[in-house]
Amino acid sequence: MNAVAVAPAREHLRRTWYAFSRNGGSVVGLGIVVAIVLLTTFAPWLTPFPRHARAFTDFEHAGLPPGRPYALGTDTIGRDIFTRVVFGYRFSLLLGVVVLTAAVPTGVLLGLLAGYYRGWPETVIMRITDIFLSIPPLALALAIMAVLQPNLQNAMLAVSAMWWPWYTRLVYGLVSSLRTEGYVQAAQIVGASPAHILLREILPNCLPAVLTKMTLDMAFVILIGSSLSFLGLGVQPPDPDLGTMVADGAKYMPDLWWISVFPGLAILVIVLGFSLLGDGLRDVFGVEV
Amino acid sequence: MRYSTFLIQRVLLSVLVLLGLSILIFVIARVIPGDPARIALGPLASRSQIEALRAQMHLDEPLYAQYAYYLAGLLRGDFGESLYTHRAVAIDLRDLFPATLELVFYSGLLMVVIGVPLGIVAAVWRDRWVDHTVRLVSLAGVVTPAFVWAIVLMLVFAYALGVLPVAGRLSPGLVPPSAATGTVTLDALLAGNLRAYLDFLRHLILPSVSLSLAGVAQAARLTRASMVDVAGRPYIEAARAFGISESRIALKYMLKPSMIPTVTILGLDFAALLGNAFLVESVFAWPGIARYGVEVILRKDLNAIVAVVMIMGLFFVVINFCIDMLVGYLDPRIRLRQMEDAA
Amino acid sequence: MTPEPLLQIRDLHASFVSYRGLARVLNGVNLTVGRGEKVGLVGETGCGKSLTMRAVLGLLQPPRARVRGEIWFAGRNLLALPSRELEQIRGREIAMIFQDPMAALNPVFTIGDQLLDVIARHPKGRPSATEAWERALAILREVALSDPERVMRAYPVQLSGGMRQRVLIAMALVNEPALVIADEPGTALDVTIQEQILLLMRSLVDAKGLSVLLITHNLGVVRALTDRVYVMYAGSIAETAPTADLFRTPKHPYTQGLLASVPKLSGEGVPRGIEGMIPDYLAPPPGCRFAPRCPFAQPRCQQPPPWVTVDTDHQVACVLYDAAPAPRLP
Repeated sequence: MNAVAVAPAREHLRRTWYAFSRNGGSVVGLGIVVAIVLLTTFAPWLTPFPRHARAFTDFEHAGLPPGRPYALGTDTIGRDIFTRVVFGYRFSLLLGVVVLTAAVPTGVLLGLLAGYYRGWPETVIMRITDIFLSIPPLALALAIMAVLQPNLQNAMLAVSAMWWPWYTRLVYGLVSSLRTEGYVQAAQIVGASPAHILLREILPNCLPAVLTKMTLDMAFVILIGSSLSFLGLGVQPPDPDLGTMVADGAKYMPDLWWISVFPGLAILVIVLGFSLLGDGLRDVFGVEV
Repeated sequence: MRYSTFLIQRVLLSVLVLLGLSILIFVIARVIPGDPARIALGPLASRSQIEALRAQMHLDEPLYAQYAYYLAGLLRGDFGESLYTHRAVAIDLRDLFPATLELVFYSGLLMVVIGVPLGIVAAVWRDRWVDHTVRLVSLAGVVTPAFVWAIVLMLVFAYALGVLPVAGRLSPGLVPPSAATGTVTLDALLAGNLRAYLDFLRHLILPSVSLSLAGVAQAARLTRASMVDVAGRPYIEAARAFGISESRIALKYMLKPSMIPTVTILGLDFAALLGNAFLVESVFAWPGIARYGVEVILRKDLNAIVAVVMIMGLFFVVINFCIDMLVGYLDPRIRLRQMEDAA
Repeated sequence: MTPEPLLQIRDLHASFVSYRGLARVLNGVNLTVGRGEKVGLVGETGCGKSLTMRAVLGLLQPPRARVRGEIWFAGRNLLALPSRELEQIRGREIAMIFQDPMAALNPVFTIGDQLLDVIARHPKGRPSATEAWERALAILREVALSDPERVMRAYPVQLSGGMRQRVLIAMALVNEPALVIADEPGTALDVTIQEQILLLMRSLVDAKGLSVLLITHNLGVVRALTDRVYVMYAGSIAETAPTADLFRTPKHPYTQGLLASVPKLSGEGVPRGIEGMIPDYLAPPPGCRFAPRCPFAQPRCQQPPPWVTVDTDHQVACVLYDAAPAPRLP
């Protein structure tokens, strides 16, 4: 009559997947993300013209509308748009991964420390975080980009610098409410070290919210990255980047519309994928980010 | 503690943030390699000219003195001269900022006037076709960057259909706004120049729709999510048990609590409009501060960059302050806690 | 000759669609509340008493809830009424007092705002602003809240738990309902406060001659406040009797188990619990739902139990008392 307890971890996973898969959007999001990751990993083999992703010109075939063999057409110097879009995804994913790898551990660590150790560490960390959060993110990124060379590395630096405070605030809030939980106090009584408590008791309970936010942030970072590139402040030519491609093609509107429209749609797709996936995770984990 | 004391504290904190921002910009600006005076004067300048400019810019004095001059200049409104326009940056700001402000304001208006009701409708008729449509459309709105919308809308409406102008703020030949406020809205209406105002609106549609679309979509999604969440709360069921009518429940008992989380994020979205304005102004050649900002960044025009960043910072800080006040008004629990924390 | 009852629930079934299947919770509930009568509905957590109450007020929302049966109130079948008419009845003829006063009050509006909204719905017509204000102050005084003006201007978070519960009682009673349904009143409060609240409720109910349906898991409350009791288990009524009779001579094995599990102040004996757990509503046992836990279970219990009258106003749903000449008691 009562469900027999299966191996608890497996049952938990099964239940999570069940809840996740009920939401069609989440599954679509997961599918998109997986497809894009596979596509970018095997890009050199899956794209028809991998050489077009680097410095390449072919004026004979420049400005061709979508058709064979150029599925999405070519740009003004003859490069296949489809190939460049796929390789452009590589830069999008790279930006997202690098920014989050830099920002998330920093932010999470600071949030753990601030939430666990009350008193002046908390005050100092949270005041700095508040100030960073009050600074308009774009102003900060632009200011940094303004003085440094506009390229991908500096763009990543700029975006990371403005990203970590969100994680600090999120984790700080979680830790503040978790530190009064029974198991934390039990660990303290038993004499566990703070490192153990933070890393083994508290952190695992913050993970669902952090992971959800990371997924949603991938979407947002890619959006911001493409916006910076569009303005000329991110990835530089001849490297393919979706934002740069849209900017380049904008000059030739409306005649050579495919040069802008397809990269633009590509941005839409990848951001959509991560957003749906993130929303799905948020529903499944029941967290607020 | 009294609410007014809390207010003063928040104002002081905002000032502190602006100060911090100014220091940050100053530090970054001094980090760049190269001699600012030489860059300003160009490669043909003579040694004495450079020396003179260096003295004028106080470049040989200790860092804290330089900051003091810089801060004094900021407070006076003197941002120096722009390499790009060769005019005082302050004048550039005065000319261009109102246009951006106008664009952002109308976009924000769209966000609230269209986004929130859409969200309410989707929540009230949950899981019917209205809800699904709104959710789908808002999803598309949120994930698409503003510049993609700008280009697509331009393609469709300005080129293909030809109904709306391609770029700019006013058609040539129409009287540009006077120096009074710099905004077409106020100037044209005050002068009774309806034709100019209508022409301005025609030019405004594409840029402000592109700019606000993500915000409208976000507003709809947030409002819907908030209201759905509130709808499940016990006090709504209690209100129903007391016989309060469904419409009153939706528009009063659900709406106000729903607005609390929504307003915070919407406020941030509104402030973020300024960031996205960079993209939209570039595409539509809108004569605003954001497009100017892009140009000066690409040209490393330090004085102008500083000014643009500080103005954006000021805008942000003011918006944040208003959000805090609004949230405090909406949720008495937060207002009471705010007063407690400040005590 | 018993007068026509005020509320009559007949054969109420309610099922819920969950992601694992259909949960058949309410399994044929029959319950009556007479005019001026104070009826208790007792059962452990999860037995469906709150659901029953919500069904009466029409708060079970399709499509997730499927409800079948009849609920007769003042000559109308509530389950067959369109929602607009139900709205008319709620808060006027039938009122509810909620369990958790903090959860039941909207946190962003003042007490006065919410109370006045309820007063505006008085069946005799919407009162004027001054009249409504006076009425609000009056009812707040009746629930023993001193300084009613301050309460009116306060937000729920600024009041204590006991004060909030009194406000809820006030909101329920202000429109002079015929039937009051009280859902575990005071369980969210300290025991001492709870007692005050319950005494207040009793005095108000007696003074106004209201009918009450009191839902609780607390036998002590039932004993103190009710005339008649229904014992509910897993979605159907196990036994009903006048309160004193039930406590003196419980017939249903479940009732007996319940009473045995309450510690007595006199200190005699160790309280015994009841073995087992409530059934899984997704796959409920056929027939009597208590059979798996019942020490007297027989093969006949696989059939739906009969409803047997064992005494005046005392009925049991158990085969033990059916037709056999002498009921077998332990």
